Amino acid sequence: MIYDFSKLTSSLDQLLLSVLPPFWVLLVEALLVLIAGLAAFAVLGMILVYMERKVCAFFQVRLGPNRVGKWGTLQLIADMLKLLTKELVTPRGVDVLLYNVAPFIIIMAAFLSFGALPFARGLHAIDFNIGVFYLMAVSSLAVLGILLGGWASNNKYTVIGAMRSGAQVVSYELSVGLTYITMVAFAGTMQLSGIVEAQADGWFLFKGHLPALIAFVVFLIASTAEANRGPFDLAEAESELIAGYHTEYSGLRFAFFYLAEYLNMFIGAAIAATLFLGGWMPLHIGSWEAFNAVMDFIPPIVWFFGKTFLLVWVTMWFKWTFPRLRIDQLLTLEWKYLMPVSFFNLLLMTVIILLGWHF
Amino acid sequence: MSSVWLLVFFITAILMVGAGIIMAWLLAPTSRNPQKLDPYECGIAATGWAWQQFNVGYYLFALLFLIFEVECVFMFPWAVVMRSLGVIAFVEILIFLFILVLGLAYAWKTKALEWE
Repeated sequence: MIYDFSKLTSSLDQLLLSVLPPFWVLLVEALLVLIAGLAAFAVLGMILVYMERKVCAFFQVRLGPNRVGKWGTLQLIADMLKLLTKELVTPRGVDVLLYNVAPFIIIMAAFLSFGALPFARGLHAIDFNIGVFYLMAVSSLAVLGILLGGWASNNKYTVIGAMRSGAQVVSYELSVGLTYITMVAFAGTMQLSGIVEAQADGWFLFKGHLPALIAFVVFLIASTAEANRGPFDLAEAESELIAGYHTEYSGLRFAFFYLAEYLNMFIGAAIAATLFLGGWMPLHIGSWEAFNAVMDFIPPIVWFFGKTFLLVWVTMWFKWTFPRLRIDQLLTLEWKYLMPVSFFNLLLMTVIILLGWHF
Repeated sequence: MSSVWLLVFFITAILMVGAGIIMAWLLAPTSRNPQKLDPYECGIAATGWAWQQFNVGYYLFALLFLIFEVECVFMFPWAVVMRSLGVIAFVEILIFLFILVLGLAYAWKTKALEWE
């Protein structure tokens, strides 16, 4: 039996209601959600940066960070303290308002989509009945932060980086949207918790036949591009654009851009895990009762993070496998390959649902 | 309840960035000099302004995106009720996608998808 976190939250709610008036209960709960969200966000960010550095090092047959703490695990804390004590330089000629607003927007976009992820049954802050649509809406705010940051910096490299990123993120948003629609059509609901519950008897990747597989591959490519990750990292192609759109940001402002990029990668992987790999649902194979029972012992939160980090690792693997694309190749890949394929795939999914050919 | 959490997450994000920047402002030492405030450009003094004309291609793709993204939004409600509508849903989406793909084909033919 899968543990339901809403038992915990509702008992906490009851406990608070017995000692406090309703308005204060709401306030205390809001504070708890705030602290939990913030802690999860920060810890995940640090784990992801550490993982990126280690994975990158191992791909290049290096050791990676290994001096601060055991296996370099405290390196990130040292880095955070260092970034916190770095001067915040605002270069001459920038648009001061937009320059300062950009980190807020980019973190806000990442944080709002982070809040909508279903970590486990009941452990799910923002659970709208239009969940998937909401995710699409808030995650596309990130490009606004990139464009503003790049444009406001008044530096040729940042402007080029921002423009590239704008064209890229906006283009791949279409494929992401179409794969969302494909999977929503299959699930019959947009609510993320509903989508996960619908995968209790089999993950959509296995249930959905060929179109789910195509959608999964398209989504992996498109979400990698949307998170500005290599091989699609030409918004910050370090060998030609210094650091792309965040060249002029220093200290903690830079850290926020950096954090948002990693969190966006995590969010992309988490959405892929939710839509295709069953979210926090354990792996069940048909009538293998014993196997299924063993799988049920692994807590759902472990399943969720396991699947997500597997996909994050695949994204990192992409980066060290494929060379960076040129902007024309990038746009050709989206508009001439991925988008027609997504359109066709949506039709294929419709046919398969109507004929009942899925499992 | 979700709307409340949405607001909470929104405020948290702003608080996080705001508090972080204020903390950095207080903690970080500052040393000003005019060279440091130059836009970063390979170590040579920058010439010209970055806010100038750029390739119109980006704008073209943004326009194309706008068209197709709006169509995506129309398809979400269809996707939710698709199963209950049955064959009619398939015919409708076929017509809808046909018109949409016609637009893509037109853009393709007029070489709007080529990068120059």
